Amino acid sequence: MRVRLGSGQWAAWAFLAPVVVYLVVFYAYPLYRNVELSLRNYTVRSFVRGDAPFAGFDNYLKVFDDPAFGPALWHTVVFTVVSLVFQFTIGLALALFFVRNFPLSATLRALFLVPWLLPLIVSASTWTWLLNSESGVVNAALGVVGLGPVNWLTSPDWSLWSVTIANIWIGVPFNLVVLYSGLQAIPASVYEAAALDGANRRQRFWRITFPLLRPVSAITLLLGLVYTLKVFDIIWIMTRGGPSGSSTTFATWSYRLGFGNLVPSFGPGAAVGNLLIVAALVFGLVYVRTLHRRVP
Amino acid sequence: MRRVKTAIGLALTAVMLFPVYWMVNVSFTRDENMRRSPPHWFPVDGTLEGYRAVLDKQLPYLGTSLVIGLGTVVLTVVVAAPAAYALAKLRPRGGGVLSFLLLIAQMIPGIIMAMGFYAVFLSAGVLNTVPGLIVADSTLAVPFAVLVLTAFMSGLPEELLQAARVDGAGTVRTFWSIVLPLSRNALVTVSLFAFLWAWSDFVFASTLDQGGDHQPITLGIYHYIGHNNQEWNAIMATAVVASIPAAVLLVIAQRYVAAGVTAGAVKD
Repeated sequence: MRVRLGSGQWAAWAFLAPVVVYLVVFYAYPLYRNVELSLRNYTVRSFVRGDAPFAGFDNYLKVFDDPAFGPALWHTVVFTVVSLVFQFTIGLALALFFVRNFPLSATLRALFLVPWLLPLIVSASTWTWLLNSESGVVNAALGVVGLGPVNWLTSPDWSLWSVTIANIWIGVPFNLVVLYSGLQAIPASVYEAAALDGANRRQRFWRITFPLLRPVSAITLLLGLVYTLKVFDIIWIMTRGGPSGSSTTFATWSYRLGFGNLVPSFGPGAAVGNLLIVAALVFGLVYVRTLHRRVP
Repeated sequence: MRRVKTAIGLALTAVMLFPVYWMVNVSFTRDENMRRSPPHWFPVDGTLEGYRAVLDKQLPYLGTSLVIGLGTVVLTVVVAAPAAYALAKLRPRGGGVLSFLLLIAQMIPGIIMAMGFYAVFLSAGVLNTVPGLIVADSTLAVPFAVLVLTAFMSGLPEELLQAARVDGAGTVRTFWSIVLPLSRNALVTVSLFAFLWAWSDFVFASTLDQGGDHQPITLGIYHYIGHNNQEWNAIMATAVVASIPAAVLLVIAQRYVAAGVTAGAVKD
């Protein structure tokens, strides 16, 4: 019996071998190299020759001391929080709207997925043109109601809002789909009972829907948080983090340090990236714990 | 009442999809009308110049993206399907830890992976190559694929596998002849997402293939925006063409898409 159990284990791990090798070579090793980058003093030459001197936490201290650190942190927080609040609220409102079937509802719900499925470069370049100061349709529409043209992407006051709006647009479908499936899981009998007891619509939402949807909401928000922290493409394509750093988040800052300049500073770039990963992992652990509490 | 809801739903969808409509509209707009105020709301007096530019300049980029997408699908399925079978049906010791690691792996920001890959690829000499980019892009899909396939394969009836065993099929045979064919829907879902993410990838392309001879369509569009800010009909035409896989995915695999979103709840 024990021998057969053993051979079963061998077979199981033989099937798992590719993914284990894959995770070690293509996840663990690049991550290890990234940590190493952040702890050494790399230049282009030493990057190629691989003899960069060990620098300890110098790169991290350099990042903390950088005058760009405070604004980047603030922008990351604002971008993430504002995106999450609006994505979730709009997504929930739409999910509530779509949960009672009506003619065409399935088709329309599918169409709502389009922004989420489009390549980010497509969405970002489309928004770039929509928000163009002189020829953008948004400013044309504002002009009709008598509001002056806004320099969405070229003014430091507006750039962060512009990329946030684009990011909300991309994130709404995800929230809609997940919250919709959460709403469907609430049994209709609960609502029927409440209706018999004379609960009005408002009461039904706040006393039934909202509490019963809490686990799904928590997961939606946490996943949204982890994914919003990662957002890089949209901001980089629309504003490159500018003008003058006004829409720079940790993700774009890390990219600019590592790849955006003629003289790359891989060390600090990797250090910023690792700070981001710590934040993502902390929230990731919260997510996993929430998940386990939901499915005991 | 239901009619009213349909009307409201149509209006909401129209607002949501307006940017997509505008992309299509601009792709047909003539250069001289591009900066017109107010803009043309419909592509009347349109032009196909933008699409001609796509045919002239973007075909190599589109071809490269196609190769990268297909390569990513193959690599992802080859790595993920056996692993999912083991996790779902063979009860490996430590399988829980592995699933946990896969869950966490999805949370790592792409830009960090990109920097690590840059260092690794530079030493390995695969920077600016298509195979390198396929490997990097597959990291977007492999954890998702394993988790979704595991969830699906767990639902396959145990009696079926037992029957195969009684008939003398080994573990490999059971996997190949029974589990894989039965998992077709899940495999389709996973492949579609793997393709779409590889096709859409910008982070890895712009870091690991900046100087490559064969660059994907995302970089094609990016260079376009950078170099000639004036030809927005060509840029938007390229964007429309680059959106085709997403549209195809939505049309042929609508139910899988929604299932995929909720099952793995993943996307960068």
